[in-house]
Amino acid sequence: MNFTLKYILIALSLVAISCNNSTKDAEIIAETSTESVAHTPISDMSIYNLPSNWTTQDGNDIELKDLKGKVLAMVMIYTSCQAACPRLVADMRNIEKQVPDANKDDVQYVFVSIDPKTDTPERLRNFAKENKMEDDKWLFLRGTEADTREFAAVLAVNYKRISPMDFSHSNIISVFNQGGELVHQQEGLGVDNKETVQAIINLAK
Amino acid sequence: MKFLSTALLLVFSLFYEVNAQNNNMALVEGGVYLPLYGTEDKLVKVDPFLMDIHPVTNEEFVKFVKENPRWKKSNVKRLFADKSYLNSWTSDTTFTGIKNAPVNNVSWFAAKNYCECQGKRLPTIDEWEYAAMANKDVPDARRIKSYNQYILNWYETPKTFNKPVGSTFKNYYGIYDLHGLVWEWTEDFNSVLISGESRKDVDKDANLFCGSAAIGASDLMNYAAFMRFAFRGSMKARYSSQNLGFRCVSDLKN
Repeated sequence: MNFTLKYILIALSLVAISCNNSTKDAEIIAETSTESVAHTPISDMSIYNLPSNWTTQDGNDIELKDLKGKVLAMVMIYTSCQAACPRLVADMRNIEKQVPDANKDDVQYVFVSIDPKTDTPERLRNFAKENKMEDDKWLFLRGTEADTREFAAVLAVNYKRISPMDFSHSNIISVFNQGGELVHQQEGLGVDNKETVQAIINLAK
Repeated sequence: MKFLSTALLLVFSLFYEVNAQNNNMALVEGGVYLPLYGTEDKLVKVDPFLMDIHPVTNEEFVKFVKENPRWKKSNVKRLFADKSYLNSWTSDTTFTGIKNAPVNNVSWFAAKNYCECQGKRLPTIDEWEYAAMANKDVPDARRIKSYNQYILNWYETPKTFNKPVGSTFKNYYGIYDLHGLVWEWTEDFNSVLISGESRKDVDKDANLFCGSAAIGASDLMNYAAFMRFAFRGSMKARYSSQNLGFRCVSDLKN
C-alpha cells in the first residue's frame, strides 16, 4: 500500500511539473515582453512564444528564442531520408548561394529533424559534414517528439512515419523575420526559389 | 516471489481502476487494427490506454481558462489560436450554450495544454480511431450497417455540438460520444497527408488515397472515417471549428 501511495505521489508531482512548466514559461515570456525595453518584445505570432528546447549538431542545448535577431530559413527533414530530403538540402544550399555577401551574416539556415529518435547530434553532425554544411550558418536541431510535432504544427508541416526507416512529409521551406514571425513559405521540391531569396534579402536589409 | 509479483500486479490494476473511475476514464484494451489508410499487411498495433469517457465540456474548459489565463480568448496568442477561438463565448469566462455540452472552437494548442494540465495527453489518431470502431456491443463494428448508418445520420444532423455529453451511445469500452456530438482533436492530426489537398509535391499518401477510392467502389464502411481524415488534413493547429472538440487519454504504463 505504501508503495502505491509513493507511486501516486510521484505521478502527481510529475503532473504538477509538466503543467506548471509551460505556464511558468509563458509568464517569463510575458514578463520579458512587457518589462524589458532593451529586448524588443516579440509579437503574438512569433515562434519564440514556443517554450521548447532543442539540441544542436554540436550537442549544445538551445531554445528557439536564442535565434532571435536573425532571419531564419527553416526546413524539416530526417537524415535517413532517401527521396525528398537531399533535394530540400540542395534547395537550401541554392537559396544560401543567392543571398548577397553583405547579408550572409544575418541569415541562419535551420534544419529540424522529424525523426529525433534516430537523428542524434552525432548523426546530425555527420549529415552536416557529408553535405559540407559545417559553417555556423547551418544549424541542425533535434527536440523531443512532442516538441517536434508542435513545431511542425506551427509550420503547417505534416508528417507521418510510414515505416521504421521512412517518413512521408510536406516539403516546405519557411522564412522567419528577426522577431520570429513567419513571412514566407515555399512549398514543393526544386521549385523556383526566387521569391524565397527575395524575402530573405528584404528582411536582412 | 511469484506471490509478490501477483500481489504487485493486483495493486497496480486496482490503482488503475480507481484512477480510471476517479477521472471518468475507461480502459481501452490494446490490439491491432486495420486503419482506413492501411492495407492488408499494414496492421497497426495500439497499446492499451485510458480514455476520457466524455469529451471536455464548456464548464470544464471555463475552469481551465480561469486557472490558466493565457488561454482566455482576450489573452491567447495568435500563434496558438486564430480569431474563431471560443468564438461564441460572450466574455473570457462566459460561454453560450449548455454547460455540459462539449467545448468547441478550441485550437489544437489549447486542447493539448488542457490535457497536459490534467496530467493527460491528446489521443493519437490510431488510439482515437481504435476506440471509435466500437459500437455498444463489439470493439470493431465497422462492418455493421447500423454503426455506419448512425454516423452518417449524425453528419446530417445540425448543431449536435450543443447537446450534453453522454447523450449518445455508451460503447463497448464504456466511452460515450465518439460519434454523434463533435469531431475531436488528435495529437498527431498533422500526420494526415491527403492527395489532392491544396499543396504541390507533398509526398503523397497513396494508401490514404486508396481509402477514398474505396468509396467509389461502393464500400461505405469507411466513408465516415474518410470524412474525419479529410477534415484532419484540412486543419491547422491554430484553427478552431464549431464542430470540433476534444478529449484526453493517458498511458497505462507508468
